[in-house]
Amino acid sequence: MSSPDGTEPPGRPAGPEPKIEDLVDETGPALRFDALAEETDDDGRRTGGTAVATKDDSKKELALGPVGHLGDRLFSGLAHGSGAVVILIVAFVGVFLLALAIPALADNNSNFLFSRVWEPGGAEPRFGIAALFYTTLISSVIAMVIAVPIAIGVALFVTYYAPRRIATPVAHAVDLLAAVPSIVYGLWGALFFAPILLPVINGLSSALGWIPVFDKAPGDNVGVIFTVSVVLAIMILPVVTAISREIFAQTPISHREGALALGATRWEMVRMAVLPYGRSGVVSASMLGLGRALGETVAVMIILTVPNGNDPWDPSIFAGGETFASKIANNAAEFDSPEKTGAFIAAGLVLFVVTFLVNSAARLIVARSAPGAKRPRRNRRAGATEGASA
Amino acid sequence: MAKRIEVSGLNVYYGDFKAVEDVSMTIEPRSVTAFIGPSGCGKSTYLRTLNRMHEVIPGARVEGKVLLDQQDLYATGVDPVAVRRVVGMVFQRPNPFPTMSIFDNVASGLKLNGVKDRKKLTQVVEESLQGANLWNEVKDRLDKPGAGLSGGQQQRLCIARAIAVEPEVILMDEPCSALDPISTLAIEDLIEKLKDRFTVVIVTHNMQQAARVSDQTAFFNLAATGKPGRLIEMGPTKQIFSNPTEKATEDYITGRFG
Repeated sequence: MSSPDGTEPPGRPAGPEPKIEDLVDETGPALRFDALAEETDDDGRRTGGTAVATKDDSKKELALGPVGHLGDRLFSGLAHGSGAVVILIVAFVGVFLLALAIPALADNNSNFLFSRVWEPGGAEPRFGIAALFYTTLISSVIAMVIAVPIAIGVALFVTYYAPRRIATPVAHAVDLLAAVPSIVYGLWGALFFAPILLPVINGLSSALGWIPVFDKAPGDNVGVIFTVSVVLAIMILPVVTAISREIFAQTPISHREGALALGATRWEMVRMAVLPYGRSGVVSASMLGLGRALGETVAVMIILTVPNGNDPWDPSIFAGGETFASKIANNAAEFDSPEKTGAFIAAGLVLFVVTFLVNSAARLIVARSAPGAKRPRRNRRAGATEGASA
Repeated sequence: MAKRIEVSGLNVYYGDFKAVEDVSMTIEPRSVTAFIGPSGCGKSTYLRTLNRMHEVIPGARVEGKVLLDQQDLYATGVDPVAVRRVVGMVFQRPNPFPTMSIFDNVASGLKLNGVKDRKKLTQVVEESLQGANLWNEVKDRLDKPGAGLSGGQQQRLCIARAIAVEPEVILMDEPCSALDPISTLAIEDLIEKLKDRFTVVIVTHNMQQAARVSDQTAFFNLAATGKPGRLIEMGPTKQIFSNPTEKATEDYITGRFG
């Protein structure tokens, strides 16, 4: 059984090869047939199974029933049940958040969506999420802007540039980043990485400081949004890389050869064949990363300094702040009255909705532009014009 | 526009496995040469060595010489990318770029060569589509995706894409094996037309096709399974199909193979 294309593994022992029938004709599969036969045949036939049995004995009535095997019904119930449980859990989380948030929101004396004040306790509670929303979103978006190009680069390097003996370790190293707990990222970011970033922060702010977003208050505070963004970027790098890598590797060889046969260099081949094919996958990977960055708690809490004062609002990315998650985690000790708790839960609800919207957007983009999903629709249109012109 | 290919003593390896052994042949300019032979005899592998496309496959390497008008394609300092711009290729399955329009598919090779002038692009796209007998069918929908065409139209689109860069040689690896008989006929007519401008080399499993379109036919075969493929016989198509020198060739073309 030597193959003409030379894929035969070397060092196979000489002599008669084991026949596949010998291996299959063991008790394993036969037992499975027994089980089937027992369910459908009641006359105690032990071997052969239904197919062979009916072939052997043509006078016997074919065993075509009864409908609905026990295992099938069990599995169907299990599958339906699991689906229902997931939907129930999501619904319960939503109901819980709403039920606890609504009373607090009703007592709120300031605009919940547009106020930046956070004083939920007392006789006249006033709280709004504008500052939290801004900090959460900008830190995550900057993280994505940093992480996605690097992830695409790593994914392309692993799939189309590196020799296999380098590509595999690099891929594993990136995957390993995902296994680091976020508390470790927090400690590492706050104690080791943030001081290293200081020159970068100072350089950027002195070059671009005339734009309010890059304006920096005097001092050497490194527990700022920018630092958080860089650490978040490292944290979401593995997931974005892994998905991009998968989708790039799936680019059909015919597309790649089509480009190469036209005299494309490797980069031109990537641009003509690989990137268009993988675009939707990269978008959905980025959205998944964004979703993770939005909800990240511990690392943000440790790194980001909380500004003092009544309205310590600073739009700069070189200032401290609080995200939804870090605000809630920082103040977990304050959940002493339903009003206060309700305020924090309302903030959590907004985070829930934002993350949900991001994930939905990702799904929508993927469904719209997946290589498989887009073309049939266009095909139909092209086919229609073809039919009309013919 | 068309050049002579001279191959001498060519061996192709996949890793340690020798896939093709000691092939020497001359392919005349402005002619159609067909490669026939059983599956796995190395004719597609050999075809790919004529524009170094085999290098896409990890571990594939070549010994010997392939001269294109006296220039060795395997000499040091020869860029495979440049080779492929001179020796174009059409594949078994039509492979237009799915995200590109018909126009962009044909223009893609030119854009690789740095042609940006819209007027020039439009002109070459029209000429190439006419050269591929496709212009009349697509001229009203050049901005539609190439993947929306029928299989036969897609294959002619791929041929248009290949000839748009004005190569010297066009290699075709079983270009009709995924097509219906009508589309196959369209491609065969096109090959007849292409040989006025290009050197065409075609691999085919269809012996009637080889007999219909080619001037020269080369028969490849394996000595035995696991052994490398060899060129058994090459000559004018008429002679190969009516009066072959080798017994193996006669057995193959009369269906008495094996």
